[in-house]
Amino acid sequence: MRPAGNEGRLASRAVQAAFVVALVVLWYLGATRWGVNPLLLPNPVAVLGDFWAILISGEFIDDLRVTLGELAAAFAIAASLGTVAGYLVSRSQYRIRAFEPLFAAVYAIPIILFLPLYVLLFGLGPASKIALGATIGFFPIALSTVAGFGYVDKVLLTAARSMGASDYQLFRYALLPAALPIMLTGMRMGFTIALLSIIGSETIASLAGLGHRIVQLAEGMEMARMFAYIIFVVAIAAILNALVSALEARGKHP
Amino acid sequence: MTPSSVAIRISGVAHQFGEPGDARHVRALRDTSLDIARGELICLIGPSGCGKSTLLNIVGGLMSPTDGTVDVLGKRVTGPMPREVAFVFQENALFPWNTVMENIDLGMVFQGVARAERAARARRSLAAVGLEEFAQHYPAQLSGGMRQRAALARALSLETGILLMDEPFGALDEQTRMILGEELSVLLSRTDKTIVFVTHSLGEATFLADRVAVFSARPGAIKTIIAVDEPHPRQPEFVTSAKFTEIRNQLYGLLHEEIRKTMAHTGAEATP
Repeated sequence: MRPAGNEGRLASRAVQAAFVVALVVLWYLGATRWGVNPLLLPNPVAVLGDFWAILISGEFIDDLRVTLGELAAAFAIAASLGTVAGYLVSRSQYRIRAFEPLFAAVYAIPIILFLPLYVLLFGLGPASKIALGATIGFFPIALSTVAGFGYVDKVLLTAARSMGASDYQLFRYALLPAALPIMLTGMRMGFTIALLSIIGSETIASLAGLGHRIVQLAEGMEMARMFAYIIFVVAIAAILNALVSALEARGKHP
Repeated sequence: MTPSSVAIRISGVAHQFGEPGDARHVRALRDTSLDIARGELICLIGPSGCGKSTLLNIVGGLMSPTDGTVDVLGKRVTGPMPREVAFVFQENALFPWNTVMENIDLGMVFQGVARAERAARARRSLAAVGLEEFAQHYPAQLSGGMRQRAALARALSLETGILLMDEPFGALDEQTRMILGEELSVLLSRTDKTIVFVTHSLGEATFLADRVAVFSARPGAIKTIIAVDEPHPRQPEFVTSAKFTEIRNQLYGLLHEEIRKTMAHTGAEATP
């Protein structure tokens, strides 16, 4: 570890905290002193009040359940199809040459553009969000699986084979440990962009979910409550990300 | 040599990569025959691309020759023989996610050694290379020389009669290489292992080998075999002896000619 690593970490945490505090102060000043239209920028105190009310009443629970349910289903599909497809591609140099650039190219286009198509196919309900999230989450997971399994140092495999490793042992002790850290990074990325695309598509066309709720509040001009929900979603996303990052780190250093 | 004293018999082995006419077709090895005695340390030297590593891989059953046969301890080679043959590669052949101890243990798991026996064997082989205190280190925490010692310990723990070493000290600096060479000579005098050792270094070959097989330029074949008549373990003084210098110079002369040929052939010669 770098010398004074702890100090550096503390300092950067302080900068991050100061940034958030400054933002809230500016927000407060903007809403109370500088006369910004409350429809654009409600008073942070009112937002905090609404946030608290939302937490206490538990009114968020149905929307949260819908969004997290969509996310869980989408991620399960993306992770299983992505790892299987990635592994199959990684097993031959020919398939890597054919499919890796293809996956990378599709990964680079904004798949959310196809949301109208997904809604036509799967309806306004959770199914279209699950399908979209699974599609978007699939690519980083498949790509990282190809990268993980496809580029294992050959000398390791040769060495294992020379010592008599069976196909299973080769997979269990050489391929998998080499691929796992890279795959976990892909899974985290797949999870994060599935979450983003699900909430995003809920704000565009949906019947329920946190994104749906935020748009409804905006249309009803309940700005303080809308901001409170945005903070709520940001907090949920941050918690999920921290959780997934912790799982990733644990998987990398068993 | 009587049949029972031959550890490795290479008969008419030739190898080419790809098919003739193919753009990537390479004739790596020409008609090569060689008998290696039990307990002998033979060094293979030659210009880059002369097929000496290819021959090592063929002997170890990691590659099938296009032509010819190899017999190891009287058995025809058709694939890896983990009970008879262990490898030490140039570098990075230790699993980076396992400790030194786990790496050694895993080799024996692959080979099929019973659990009860593995710990004792691992300790013995670590002691033989002087790495007892680093059993719980990861390869990345060790120097290049220590990593190669660990790789050697892994190969020793397999207790094979034959050790194939593919430029095992090739990535190390001259000093470390010298020390490891001395250690290997000591180790060799204590065991009756047959060792085939591929190297670029004339000094290393002269210091370690009972015989040195000099390869011609690609497609390689054994051009000459030079015997080094000096008992193991070899002493550091051997390096400064007249005998050492004479043999080394002889090898230099043989090799120089072949390297010239390779460079003329590939046009790789640098313009001054």
